[in-house]
Amino acid sequence: MRVLGISGSLRRDSYNSGLLRAAADLLPPGAELEVFDALKAIPPYDAHADGDLAPAPVHALREAIAAADAVLVATPEYNASVPGVLKNALDWASRPHATNPLRGKPTAVIGTSTGMFGAVWAQADARKILSTIGARVLDRELPVPEAAERFDAGGMLRDTEVEAQLSELLAELGDAVEAREAALARAA
Amino acid sequence: MTTATAIPAGTYTTDGVHSSAGFAVKHMLATFRGSFATVNAQVTVDEDGSARLQGTVPVGSVIVKDENLQAHLQSPEFFDAEQHPEIRFDGLDLTIDGPTATLTGDLTIKGHTGRVTAEGSVVGPIEDPFGNTKLGLQFETVVDRTKFGLNWNAPLPKGGFMLANDVTISVDLELAQS
Repeated sequence: MRVLGISGSLRRDSYNSGLLRAAADLLPPGAELEVFDALKAIPPYDAHADGDLAPAPVHALREAIAAADAVLVATPEYNASVPGVLKNALDWASRPHATNPLRGKPTAVIGTSTGMFGAVWAQADARKILSTIGARVLDRELPVPEAAERFDAGGMLRDTEVEAQLSELLAELGDAVEAREAALARAA
Repeated sequence: MTTATAIPAGTYTTDGVHSSAGFAVKHMLATFRGSFATVNAQVTVDEDGSARLQGTVPVGSVIVKDENLQAHLQSPEFFDAEQHPEIRFDGLDLTIDGPTATLTGDLTIKGHTGRVTAEGSVVGPIEDPFGNTKLGLQFETVVDRTKFGLNWNAPLPKGGFMLANDVTISVDLELAQS
């Protein structure tokens, strides 16, 4: 299973990027996680610049999603929702709507914040956005509050409870990938 | 039980070109209608007159006027065509009484099964110009889509929701005796 990780934070020492690094270590056997790290290079969405004219980083994002078996989004929370850069990237990825690479893709959302709520509203919004795009979004969340206390100075997650929850979520994502492969094989 | 109209015992299978299945649901103000291009149904009439209808409709054959909506209907938010590619009707009883018919059976959509009853009408049997015995059936019923896992909705800015839960399902079948 190939999982594409997308962190909604551009910050160099982002806790959400740290959460994706933790996920990479907790994947089911045989699975691997690749992080899409070019979110900053994606320009503001412009339908006029889409299609054959789509910017190279947008092509890269769409191809990375298409090549992955599953997508794992880690989002911080800005003003009770997802960061603009993440929404913008998902808006590009969602076009053309009927055939976009996220359609049917098993997808999970996780998130962490330095506050007490662990980006829970941002995660709810991310799930809504991804469902609207057509992804198969896991109906579960992983709000990790008070990030500064759960990550060490090197940006590594140090919380066994969160690690256990993340393992469970990743196993469920793996199950969704297997269920999709089985359904596509039946249909073939 | 089949009574008044004498329908010869046997198996009757749909003619794909002349059969259709449609749905209608209130969308904000107007009634939105869609249909399925493919309808497979079979009516079995026993010697004692009892009858049953079995049917399937591939979710992938849904027809609406917008390709984006078509894709949305296939997605996990609606029919989830990947995991549940087929709508199925397992008929328990088809009672024909003169020109009217009552259909009872189990409807399965998106892995959810519910008992439904539909009232309808019967035309025929007649013999077509090629010597085939043909039977026409038409049914309509209303189901609550949320009982079949079709829960999508969107709140309206001033209250209420975009889409009603009650959906009118209608099928028109032209069947030929095999």
